[in-house]
Amino acid sequence: MSSHSSDAQQHAGSTKLFVWVWVWLVVITGVEVYLAYEHLNPRTMLLLLISLSVVKAGLIMSYFMHLRFERASLVWTLIPAVIFCIAMLTMIFADGERLRDAREAPQEIALPK
Amino acid sequence: MTDSHSDVLVESAWSGGGSPFAIGSKKLGMWLFIASDTLTFAALLLTYSYSRMTNPNWPKPFPIVPAIVFSTIMTIVLLGSSLTMVMGVAAAHRGNRASTVKWMLATMLGGAIFCGLHFTEWMHLIAEELRPFSNKFGPGGTAGAPLFGATFFGITGLHMTHVAIGVIYLGIVATGFGRGKFSSEDVEVSGLYWHFVDLVWMFVFPMIYLMSVKY
Repeated sequence: MSSHSSDAQQHAGSTKLFVWVWVWLVVITGVEVYLAYEHLNPRTMLLLLISLSVVKAGLIMSYFMHLRFERASLVWTLIPAVIFCIAMLTMIFADGERLRDAREAPQEIALPK
Repeated sequence: MTDSHSDVLVESAWSGGGSPFAIGSKKLGMWLFIASDTLTFAALLLTYSYSRMTNPNWPKPFPIVPAIVFSTIMTIVLLGSSLTMVMGVAAAHRGNRASTVKWMLATMLGGAIFCGLHFTEWMHLIAEELRPFSNKFGPGGTAGAPLFGATFFGITGLHMTHVAIGVIYLGIVATGFGRGKFSSEDVEVSGLYWHFVDLVWMFVFPMIYLMSVKY
């Protein structure tokens, strides 16, 4: 149907590039699994794992999902809105910390009656 | 001057009558679905994190051998199926129908192996008496936080459903493309879905498995 756009994308990215991206994804997965052997504290571990996973997600979206070869307007339409919504969802962690502190040291926290 | 101004407007991608993103409607539709499904999984993973944070007896039931090794193999299989899908989409754009179908069959095989391995793991955990609302993975064999089972089965189950639907979806598209009924755009759109399922696992795997290693 829209043959112009598919012609333009046809040459975007070679087999070699995709295999390299895949190798990097496997390497980062390997680093993540290695981190599981290290007895890191959960906070550091979570930060490292999420950072690495965001890098992996970026690689998958940019190359496998062709986002790097699409118009920038598509990226700007999709990505910031999703990030904003996820950031809003993290609001529940404020309550999570309150509840955790209340369970760990109930006598020190004034719970509402 | 008025004429040249209107010329500029007509040339703009946003002046209507054209596709401002320069992609087909199917592809845009799939991207919008992916954006909404991302939020579904984000909400589930954040719920998991919240439950974990607020329950002191949250279990860590996965030893390196066999659970982490097992789930690492599952991750590599799923990543591999993403690579074969990329090859399939590239073959579809070159117009090579036979090659596209072969790559897509390889992708479906990867998805099926992933589901099989995941289901095996589920069966082992169920045999160890992990239930949606109870488990015995607490400290010293006592009961662990009951929400562990709910979030574990909920998140991995929804992901496995996505993989299973993806295998069926790819089967339909591969058949249609092989017979010349579907275009290369249809293959590319199914590829987007498949990569998204892979992408979700890239967050499920570290958050549920690697954060819960039993030393």
